[in-house]
Amino acid sequence: MSAVRLDAKTPPGPLADAWDNHRFSLKLVNPANKRHFKIIVIGSGLAGASAAATLAELGYQVDVFTFHDTPRRAHSIAAQGGINAAKNYRNDGDSVDRLFYDTIKGGDFRSREANVYRLAQLSLNIIDQATAQGVPFAREYGGLLDNRSFGGAQVARTFYSRGQTGQQLLLGAYQAMARQVGLGKVKLWVRTEFMDVVLKEGRAVGVVVRDLLTGEITSHSAHAVVLCTGGYSNVYYLSTNAMTCNVTAIWRAHRRGAAFANPCFTQIHPTCIPAAEDFQSKLTLMSESLRNDGRVWVPASPDDDRPPRRIPENDRDYYLERIYPAFGNLVPRDVASRAAKRMVDAGHGVGARKNGVYLDFQDAIARLGREAIAARYDNLMEMYNRITDEDPYQDPMRIYPAPHYTMGGLWVDYNLMTTIPGLYALGEANFSDHGANRLGASALMQGLADGYFVLPYTIGDYVAKFLNEAPVPTSDEAFARTETELRERISGLLSMRGARTVDDFHRQLGRVVWDECGMSRSEEGLDRALSYLPDLYEQFRNEARVPGDGESLNQTLEKAARLEDFFELAMAMCVDARHREESCGGHFREEHQTPQGEAVRDDERFTTVSAWFWTGDPTRPSLREEPLSFDNVQLTTRSYK
Amino acid sequence: MNITLRAWRQEGPSDEGRFETYQVSDVSADMSFLEMLDVLNERLTLEGLEPIAFDSDCREGICGTCGVMINGRAHGPQAATATCQLHMRSFRDGDTITVEPWRAAAFEVIRDLVVDRSAFDRIIEAGGFITVATGSAPEANLTPVPKEIAETAFDAAACIGCGACVAACPNSAAQLFTASKVSHLNLLPQGSSERYIRTERMVDTMEQFFGSCTNHGECEAACPKQISIDFIAMMNRDYVKAKLNNRGRA
Repeated sequence: MSAVRLDAKTPPGPLADAWDNHRFSLKLVNPANKRHFKIIVIGSGLAGASAAATLAELGYQVDVFTFHDTPRRAHSIAAQGGINAAKNYRNDGDSVDRLFYDTIKGGDFRSREANVYRLAQLSLNIIDQATAQGVPFAREYGGLLDNRSFGGAQVARTFYSRGQTGQQLLLGAYQAMARQVGLGKVKLWVRTEFMDVVLKEGRAVGVVVRDLLTGEITSHSAHAVVLCTGGYSNVYYLSTNAMTCNVTAIWRAHRRGAAFANPCFTQIHPTCIPAAEDFQSKLTLMSESLRNDGRVWVPASPDDDRPPRRIPENDRDYYLERIYPAFGNLVPRDVASRAAKRMVDAGHGVGARKNGVYLDFQDAIARLGREAIAARYDNLMEMYNRITDEDPYQDPMRIYPAPHYTMGGLWVDYNLMTTIPGLYALGEANFSDHGANRLGASALMQGLADGYFVLPYTIGDYVAKFLNEAPVPTSDEAFARTETELRERISGLLSMRGARTVDDFHRQLGRVVWDECGMSRSEEGLDRALSYLPDLYEQFRNEARVPGDGESLNQTLEKAARLEDFFELAMAMCVDARHREESCGGHFREEHQTPQGEAVRDDERFTTVSAWFWTGDPTRPSLREEPLSFDNVQLTTRSYK
Repeated sequence: MNITLRAWRQEGPSDEGRFETYQVSDVSADMSFLEMLDVLNERLTLEGLEPIAFDSDCREGICGTCGVMINGRAHGPQAATATCQLHMRSFRDGDTITVEPWRAAAFEVIRDLVVDRSAFDRIIEAGGFITVATGSAPEANLTPVPKEIAETAFDAAACIGCGACVAACPNSAAQLFTASKVSHLNLLPQGSSERYIRTERMVDTMEQFFGSCTNHGECEAACPKQISIDFIAMMNRDYVKAKLNNRGRA
């Protein structure tokens, strides 16, 4: 392992020209030769679908695997609020430089300058591409595109489709891919789950997958493998992620040698509906866009049990506006989440379980009218009403932070390649662009930038050297070995006949990770988790029950296999959080804060990416650090006051 | 509350299937319908039985993965609500609830409440897109789209592909699903070049899998996104024009 070097391949020269210069330096593959190359894409969300569509348009043979029944189910579909782009249509001072700066600052100076600059540049192309595909973005009466504001920005650069922007962008990418499926350029495998990546002579040469309906395990080879499998917030059990979101693909790649970067950088989204009771299966996000018009408050006195409308202005604490007057309700997510936690911990929580804060539209309705608010947010208002049986037009919403996005992921270089040659990671599955905290409306931007505009260029540079070489045949011993290991693993899981359910263990794991590696972390708590988790994992193996067989649809078996990987990931998150002796972005170490409770970074020591390598013991991964340099922005303490 | 659940159990596509009855006690009104099934499934697992297979994912009503017939209605009793957003407060203590999979020839039952809806993908692959390769798009604000047109296109584009329209239709027709995509793209200036070829290909593909529309309107009533059957009329109009425009083509 010591031979592995972390070479970010960051292009030299001025930032503004870096991507252009880099593209010019990449090897090209002649259009007639592209059809000789086979690429496997895992996952069909924004990153996967956009990459598959674009690679197929270029002429590559593409196989796409998804465990969903159709590619359109991918969780990108649930993104509500919008997508950022530095179009400056509002004439309010936006620019590529400003989007770059906001993203670097929002990420608390823990991302790579060159990657983020490229993202800001490509944001322009994404809006053009999506609009041409027919994505129905919101428009002004003159027919031109509308914008709104999101947290961490003082300009309105967010493009949106009501509260369903992710859905419309995903369907755009899905349709572009469907066109290629219809043309025979993309081969689609649904209800087929990636189980492992196959390596030969140190490079990725294919995958082993499992047919979820028949249990059949098969091998597929390619010149390169692209993982677009999203994030791992479900390690917390309760999160805003869909039920099936999991870490398996990137974790299995990690176990095969891909470095996992900054696993402790998780984002806790400030505006979600608080948990109602113990059977809760997931948490529902209320878009950040609501903070454009909603005001966050709690009762000023901790034991005020009056209904919200009976609490007069003077007895309310609009704490975000009070503490952060410059950004007010639109502070970045990590800042808003921690402030809510402090209020609830201090006894100001609202609702029957005292586990939320208010998000109030009363003033906006008085100012703009109910209709204007309904036009902006009605689908969110309805969703809230359906879940809670409360009317947010009358009473304020109750909200509380919930795990939502993971900035950590597989380490990738500027070309989006992991430390395994031939293995790429795109979108939320990689770590690259958001540092320690992602700004709202930037996930859609990154997934699509990676898939439409970055990978299609960079992958050619890698595959070009295999011209006239067929992919390694699946009859190769490397595939057989990986298949055998998987079969043994599956039969081990199927022999689990204990007395507790898989979900029960997942809930228990989630509670530990939430308590010790959630919104705030401490050395003591992380040590506690690291001594407890291996035992819990062992209990899971001995006491969980997996009914059924491996030859037909078995949803418990799927969950058990994914949960194994979550257990190991949880340990890596705690190791990473313990190592990072500073507070930055979503990573808040109690030992490192100001007297007012704001995060304190240690730039001297931790202006770095922590890239962890698998050693066989999930509590003892080995660390390589990639130093980050900031030549274009100055490292400052983030202030939203 | 306590409820009696009559659930469809079917081991696989070739199994005949049957209803089985389960008593579910201590159900909270704040539980979603699927969380009630989760609780029952954990109990069945511990009793050494097989849990009831059902599909669900986002549980926010947007991914379209879930969908079952509840007391004979697609997605259950609450209008404009996908199964995952249905809460037990819609039922009463002591109710008997019957739950079964979508029933349609094109949607084969895979197991219990899980069906195969891949015919929908075939319809989209036939023409549910605008041909614009990555990189070739013009500046987004070059083509203004009147707000009303954009809003109507959005109303159609809101389809989540759940299949409730097919399940609710006495003919198992997929007109509402197909029309929502045809209308979304045909209404926009960006989609107008391929308007007729798109309509013809999508409708012809749809007819390979699904029944015919006889204007019952059950689809609109069942649609969790309240997509209007007006879009079916728009599609039919474009289909007739397409057949005229495209006559003589292979």
